[in-house]
Parts: sequence; C-alpha cells; structure tokens
Amino acid sequence: LVFTEEDKYGLYSDLLFKYFLAEGIVCGHDLFVASAKEHPDNILKELPAPLLDDTSGKELGDEAAAKSEDFQDSMKIAWRYQNLPKMETSPTTYTKFGHYYDVSKKMSPELCQSVKRHIFYLHEELSLEPKMKAWNMNSGYARLLQSIQKIISQEGFDGSDPQKKQRNVLRIGIQSLGSLLWGDDVCCSDTPEDPHSLTKFLYVLRGLLRKSLSACIITVPAHLIQNKAIMERVTNLSDMVVGLESFIGSERETNPLYKDYHGLVHVHQIPRLNSLICDVSDTKDLAFRLKRKQFTIERLHLPPDLSDTVSRASKQDLAGSAKLLSSGCGAMAIGKKHLDF
Amino acid sequence: QGQFTLLRDTRTDGSFLVHHFLSFYLRAGCKVCFVALLQSFSHYNVVAQKLGVSLAAAKERGQLFFLEGLKSCLDLLFGEEEQPEQPSPLQFLSCRDLRALFDFVRVSLAAADGDSCKGPVLLVDDLSVLLSLGAAPVAVLDFIHYCRVSVCYQLK
Repeated sequence: LVFTEEDKYGLYSDLLFKYFLAEGIVCGHDLFVASAKEHPDNILKELPAPLLDDTSGKELGDEAAAKSEDFQDSMKIAWRYQNLPKMETSPTTYTKFGHYYDVSKKMSPELCQSVKRHIFYLHEELSLEPKMKAWNMNSGYARLLQSIQKIISQEGFDGSDPQKKQRNVLRIGIQSLGSLLWGDDVCCSDTPEDPHSLTKFLYVLRGLLRKSLSACIITVPAHLIQNKAIMERVTNLSDMVVGLESFIGSERETNPLYKDYHGLVHVHQIPRLNSLICDVSDTKDLAFRLKRKQFTIERLHLPPDLSDTVSRASKQDLAGSAKLLSSGCGAMAIGKKHLDF
Repeated sequence: QGQFTLLRDTRTDGSFLVHHFLSFYLRAGCKVCFVALLQSFSHYNVVAQKLGVSLAAAKERGQLFFLEGLKSCLDLLFGEEEQPEQPSPLQFLSCRDLRALFDFVRVSLAAADGDSCKGPVLLVDDLSVLLSLGAAPVAVLDFIHYCRVSVCYQLK
C-alpha cells in the first residue's frame, strides 16, 4: 500500500499517480481507478505515453552514465516502482526495470484499452447497501471498499477461482482520499466528526490487498490534515509512505540551492513485508523535477557555483545548507568555497 | 513472569522486537496467544521461519493461539451472516466494545493449561490499530487492564 502525501496544488502527485497507472497498462495489469475529484475516464485519457523505443531507452542510459554524481539515476527512477510486492529493485547501474514515459505525449487509446479497467467515480455510484451501515464508516469509503472487494472476488485476484490459469495483478489507484469530496471532514478541522473513517478504510483495504494479488497507490492531501494523531495512524497502516513537496509558491522557489528542481521527495516509510528490517538507502535527500518530456527523481545536489557576483551572504547560506546534505554533495560545496580568494 | 512490557517506537520501526519475543517464547515452550492486528499470518510466519520457529507447526500442536486481525476484519465485513453464538473478536468495528476481543484472549489463555511452570504469554501487535479502528482510548486501557489481570490469574 503506497501512501503519497500530495503536494500543495496536487500537480506532481497526480503525475506520479498517472505513472503508476501507465506502468500497469504497459505491464498488462488490470486497473481499478477511483476518484471523487475528476472522472476516472478523464484520468485514463491523460496517461503519459511509454517510451517503448529501445534506442531512446539507451540514450537515457548513456546520459545517466555520463553524469558522475547521478550514476545511480536509473535506480532512483526504478525505485519508485517498489510498490509492487513481487518486484525487486536491481542494484546495478543501468538495467531495464520498469519503463520510461514521455510526459509530453498521451498514451494511445488502443494501448489504454488493452487491459481491463474498472472505474469508481463517487458521484456516479449507487447508494449504500443496508448491510454496510453497520460498518460505522463514511459511506463513500464503504462503497469504495465494497466495489474493490467485488472486483477482487469476481475477477479472481484472490485466488478463489482455481480454473483461471493466468493470474494477473490488480493495480488500484485512489485519488485524493480524505478530501472533502469524499464526504470526510478530516482535512478541514482538528477534531473531525468521524476521525476513524479514514483509518478504518485503510485497515480494511490493507486486508484486501494482503489477501489478493494487488497493489495500491493512494494520494492524500496530507498538508490539509491537521490532526497529527490521524496522520501517524495512517502512516502506521501503510506499507510505503512518500511525500511530495513542491516549491511552487513557497520561499524555496527562489532559493538558488533548489534552482534546478521543482520539489522535494520525502520518503517516510519503506515496506517491511516478509522481512525483519527494511533496506534503507544511504541517501535521504531526494528532489524531483519535471522536464518537458520527463519526470525525474534524483539525489539532491547543489547547482554549480558559476556566478561571479554571488554575494557573501548567499554563499554562507549555501555552505550552511551543504552541511545538512549527505557527504557527497557537501564535499562539492566546501571545495567551491576554497576556490574563492 | 508477571511482566507487562510496552514496545513503543517513534520515527523508526520496532516490529523486529515483536518477532523476537514471539520466537523467543515459542522456543522456550510457553503457550502464546498472539493478537496480530497489523500484518497477515504469512508475514509473521515467514519471518519466524527465518528466526528458526514455525508458526504453523506451533499453531497445530496447540502452543500458539493466533488471531489474524486483517482476515477476521474481512470476514466480518464481507462474509455471510455470522452465527450469533460466535461473535467475531473484531466486533468493536461496529459496536465500539472490546469485550469480544477480550473474550478471545481469555478463552485462549484458559485453554493454555497443563504446563504450569511456564506461564502463558500474551502478545498484541499493535494497540494503535485498536485506536485506528474506532475504539476509545479508555476502552483500550480497560482492555489492557483486563488482559493483565487475566494473565496474572493464570500464572497463579
């Protein structure tokens, strides 16, 4: 269960969401898309087109190999796909893991329709079944759970149909859970009316995911949830928690430290399924940027200090921030300071 | 014996301690009642096998009483009409009352008789799930208290 904290305007988390679904289509997995914000059909029409051409894949590989600090670039991109329980990240520099996408192009409708897609748009769903009233849960969430469970058992993702020879994976994407559009006021006030609906939903969803061959990504406007206890419980109930923080509208947009990037990626939790501890990567500072064709996540490193007129004050800032970053980047910054004479 | 240990982790993951205690007490031969709310049975089983203990075998010979929270929850919500004489331990999802869960614990501990030199062990993973699922903090505290009393009574 991948839990994504949305950035303030939801731009980049939507992109990540679409990447997840696009990867599902390219891998031939079935999709289940749920949203209360925009109609899932519209979401599916806007998926990025995969770069299936082998030469362009190699180009990216050469680019990645050329940059010495970013030699693990492809692993960072690949690591994003760790949400699938049966896939492992490969530690070598460039192997084909996952697929690359071109954000400027839309996925072709034929490719999009090559897999089975299930839709849940809250405002078009039927009303609550009477049995579900006993659940004590927000009706939107209850209906969504009912829908997911029905698809899982009908399509045999939980292994209930022994006749089915080819077992497939179901990718579930739920957009903007917890927002007001789902009928939950957990994002509006410190003491919501029903503080347990969201956590109950996550628990039952976890049960469904464990019982079947499925993986799920959820985006939540976490910056709106004020109750810290709820956020902690939600984190506890998810396998992987990733937060996206975009620089739009914040003071970091003009900070020269972040000039090449559009935002930061915070990894709060990594899955520990079937193992005693998880494999923590050595760097915790990750940033993302959206180029015209690509969305990349990289290790945060300082931009080259090329300007002659950089004032002393900002140089102090850079040096000060450099101390907080991991040693690879820090060494580079301190080296630049010594060139100043 | 007669000890109540609370595992608390902040900003890190202390779940390895749960696995440690589980395999430790099973290897010592104690009767264990494990209320597993956070992960599925197969997860604990796989890790326990890496630590040298088989949960499935322990369950079969009656040394381990296992409540798989995730599965019981699904059975309760999506299953057929339940039999009234056997309420699900997770009934507090609808009725906010942890009594059914405590009954499960009590029954398991009562069945763990015979070996009086090695006391019964109760493991709960984890209490915050009870809060997440709608139980009031006071109810959870009561539950802990009743469990302690129950385990100490067995130790007598």
